[in-house]
Amino acid sequence: MPDTAIQDGAYNYAYLDEQTKRMIRRAILKAVAVPGYQVPFGGREMPLPYGWGTGGIQVTAAIIGRDDTLKVIDQGADDTTNAVSIRRFFARVADVATTTRTGDATVIQTRHRVPETPLKEGQILVFQVPIPEPLRMLEPRETETRTLHALSEYGVMQVSLYESIARHGRIAKTYNYPVLVNGRYIMSPSPIPKFDNPKLDRSPALQLYGAGREKRIYAVPPYTPVKSLDFDDHPFEIETWSESCALCGSKESFLDEMIVDDTGKRLFLCSDTDWCQERQGEREGAPPEVPAK
Amino acid sequence: MSYTLGTHDIAAGFVDPPHESQRVFRGVLDAFSHPGRIVTVDDAPAPPGGLCCATAAFLLTLIDRDTPLWLAPEFDTPEVCDFVRFHTGAPIVGGRAEATFAVQAHDQPLLFDSFNIGTDTYPDRSATLVIEVPVLGAGPVRTWRGPGIDGQASVAVAGLDHTFWLDWAANHSLFPCGVDVVFAAGSQLLALPRAIAVEA
Ligand SMILES: [Zn+2]
Repeated sequence: MPDTAIQDGAYNYAYLDEQTKRMIRRAILKAVAVPGYQVPFGGREMPLPYGWGTGGIQVTAAIIGRDDTLKVIDQGADDTTNAVSIRRFFARVADVATTTRTGDATVIQTRHRVPETPLKEGQILVFQVPIPEPLRMLEPRETETRTLHALSEYGVMQVSLYESIARHGRIAKTYNYPVLVNGRYIMSPSPIPKFDNPKLDRSPALQLYGAGREKRIYAVPPYTPVKSLDFDDHPFEIETWSESCALCGSKESFLDEMIVDDTGKRLFLCSDTDWCQERQGEREGAPPEVPAK
Repeated sequence: MSYTLGTHDIAAGFVDPPHESQRVFRGVLDAFSHPGRIVTVDDAPAPPGGLCCATAAFLLTLIDRDTPLWLAPEFDTPEVCDFVRFHTGAPIVGGRAEATFAVQAHDQPLLFDSFNIGTDTYPDRSATLVIEVPVLGAGPVRTWRGPGIDGQASVAVAGLDHTFWLDWAANHSLFPCGVDVVFAAGSQLLALPRAIAVEA
């Protein structure tokens, strides 16, 4: 990251120059107009540290303003190195308030999770996307995948999922599980657990997806149907846990398994740290004696 | 503040472009995300010629040298052209097919004719049309359905005749191709993206 430029104040508001922002803004509007379709955008490479997700950063930088409150999560947590760095970056270059509370945020930039707390109308969820093309593993040629999307020719995806059922007895994919947006485009929801897929369906919030390396933006407007692909005899199902969170007791959230001592003792904890902390605050009595995540 | 170029004074643009254009963009994004919802543009400068405030703010926010603009004859005045060239650098083109954006008035026929509708492989390469109308939220109420709308929305836009909505149905049927429309009146705008179906 060009830290000296930031310290010198030699950068534009929200880091990107106005010309780049306009280009990204135009791409965002077309993405909203054609839900699930990947809009290419131009511009130069954005020099940022590995792991920041330049696509998500560019989308956030193009939309954010001084009236916003920004939340950044990485794998569900607000306190990872990347989440903290990105939050500080925008606090500095865009003069925005930041929060860890899902309900208080107007813009939420995320990698690998959708918050457990239901999102509201007016909120914008910005996803960092590594590989935007859901058909890429099945068809490496861009001209071909473009044509398949144009013709709604999605048989190749159906065959792939059905082969998984034949081999594993179920659809083995647990992350980045493909969805059909508004009955038209197959879309990659980014590497979120399929547990989060139902939260994308008819969400009151606007979903924006930014892929930096391939320079694509796509979107799901509020209240838009998002269906996880499945078959009549193998309906889509999400993960469930027989355990509950060791910190807040949640049984309905996405749980991470952790080894907590040398003897291999295991604990389950909410992946969404804000959700977990809010629930701990709501519980009566002292929290149980367990190490912090 | 005004500028002088040749024989005309040029209407002022944004005073603080990064922040004003950000707020206007979020208003436009809100409009596209919730088709039919009326959004008020607070940061609109005093517009030139026959443009309304919302159109001027929309153009200042989204157009530049990469986005050819087509102006309907009633807006193709020296005041508007100077404003566009001075503040945005957008080329003003004579043919509809070359335009990325266009500004038109509601009372003309064939508002969608000859504009770029994109292609099946690149539907994003379609034109966005700003259509100025007398008022938003008044006039015949129609039922809108589609992405961004929770079930259905009752939307009134004044000044559009039956033919316009027949043309819209034809445009909508081209999905994922098709133009996107922004209606503007005074300092307000609302969006009608191509995915939206409209019934009487
Ligand atoms: Zn918990």
